[in-house]
Amino acid sequence: MTLDWSVFCKDTLTGEAAPRCFSFLFGMDPNADPTYLDWLFTAWAWTLSVAGLSLVLALLMGVTIGTLRTLQPTNFLNKGLAFLGTVWVELFRNIPLLVQVFLWYHVMPAFFPVMKLFPSYLLVSIALGLFTSARIAEQVRAGIQSLPSGQRNAAIALGMTTTQSYRYVILPMGLRIIIPPLTSECMNLVKNSSVAFAVSVPELTLFAMQAQEETSRGIEIYLAVTGLYVISAFSVNRIMAWIEKKSRVPGFIAPSASGSH
Amino acid sequence: MDLDLSFYNWALFTSYLQKGLIFSFQLTVIATVGGIIVGTVLALMRLSGKPWLVIPATIYVNTMRSIPLLMVILWFFLLIPLMIGKPIGVNLSAIITFIAFEAAFFSEIVRAGIQSIPRGQVYAGQALGMSYAQNMRLVVLPQAFRNMIPVFMTQTIILFQDTSLVYAIGAYDLLKGFEIAGKNFGRPIETYLLAAVTYFLICFTLSRIVRRIQQKVAIIR
Repeated sequence: MTLDWSVFCKDTLTGEAAPRCFSFLFGMDPNADPTYLDWLFTAWAWTLSVAGLSLVLALLMGVTIGTLRTLQPTNFLNKGLAFLGTVWVELFRNIPLLVQVFLWYHVMPAFFPVMKLFPSYLLVSIALGLFTSARIAEQVRAGIQSLPSGQRNAAIALGMTTTQSYRYVILPMGLRIIIPPLTSECMNLVKNSSVAFAVSVPELTLFAMQAQEETSRGIEIYLAVTGLYVISAFSVNRIMAWIEKKSRVPGFIAPSASGSH
Repeated sequence: MDLDLSFYNWALFTSYLQKGLIFSFQLTVIATVGGIIVGTVLALMRLSGKPWLVIPATIYVNTMRSIPLLMVILWFFLLIPLMIGKPIGVNLSAIITFIAFEAAFFSEIVRAGIQSIPRGQVYAGQALGMSYAQNMRLVVLPQAFRNMIPVFMTQTIILFQDTSLVYAIGAYDLLKGFEIAGKNFGRPIETYLLAAVTYFLICFTLSRIVRRIQQKVAIIR
């Protein structure tokens, strides 16, 4: 069978071939109806926006919760915070992402009426961000716990408070260690943003489903969408590799130690 | 906001949820077993050192790992009927998709498991005059699989959560059962909450069991 890429130059309203493949985006022909190519790139922008918003939330909450779980159980407050972190991780890790999306979209606004004003992409971003934060929290915890205990003890010996020891000693080292697993979690986040289709955010997966139905050129549509997902995830991978290189402390962490027996 | 759970009874379970729960479990078990078998083959291909086996297996695994599962579900649902020339049901499509998708993930686990076996074990097998197949079957894989059991089970829990994504092609799984019940009783909020609680209880219990097993396997090693 042959691929017919001209489907992307078709008008989404009439289904006829449009004079310009890119009529709508970049203001080239603002009065024309959008083509499928316009729609595809708008959908990509939605995917990246949802992923970006979720990433900010996931990193903030992930690092916070992961840190709380490593607090030394010396007093009641620390124990309570560590327990809170455990509850957070177990809660967000053991419910499927799609169910969490429905919880934020259907259930939470019923309890908190102000959330009815939130657009659906924001609710999906919260769901995806908190879902991912539980995974990042586990990585942060593992990273901090993999540090030699001497690091924490040295900070205490220097008279640092708990906050100072995390701020100046533990987190700078722990966060550098977890960049490789964090990279794959960020790529997962981009892929997981596809669940936003379930609450009608016009992102790539929803585009794929709808355009496939309208045009019956499923293979071309799916190939384009899959390609954009791969490009997005790969870009995240490269950005993280760049961050890892830039943030490396010479002599402290071996550059990707090869595990050999 | 008042919750009304009066409709939640045994009749609801048998008429809406049972069918979905059975399919979700079926899909999880079949995809785990199928995924481990295909995944082991893929892992052995990648470790064989023969380019005509390594390259296709590597491409397959990396492709599957870089595409969202939802897109893989849609791809298979589109392509299988085109290839065999007749439509197949959503359930069968979902089963084939999950075996193919999970195989890529299980193959990475198996590969890491095999590589974690000390070289001396392989050399000892060779010194005893074992062929490659004998060495794998009698020495390497039994040890590797033992080490991999907890990781396999963790992946299976993730797989069980992922089965909810068959929502995209309209298969009747546990989540769908809750959703239809919610529509029919006009209580969507309660049913989504109950769906979350149900999934949580199943996954949390399983993850506790995995942790137990992990400790036991760790002691034996």
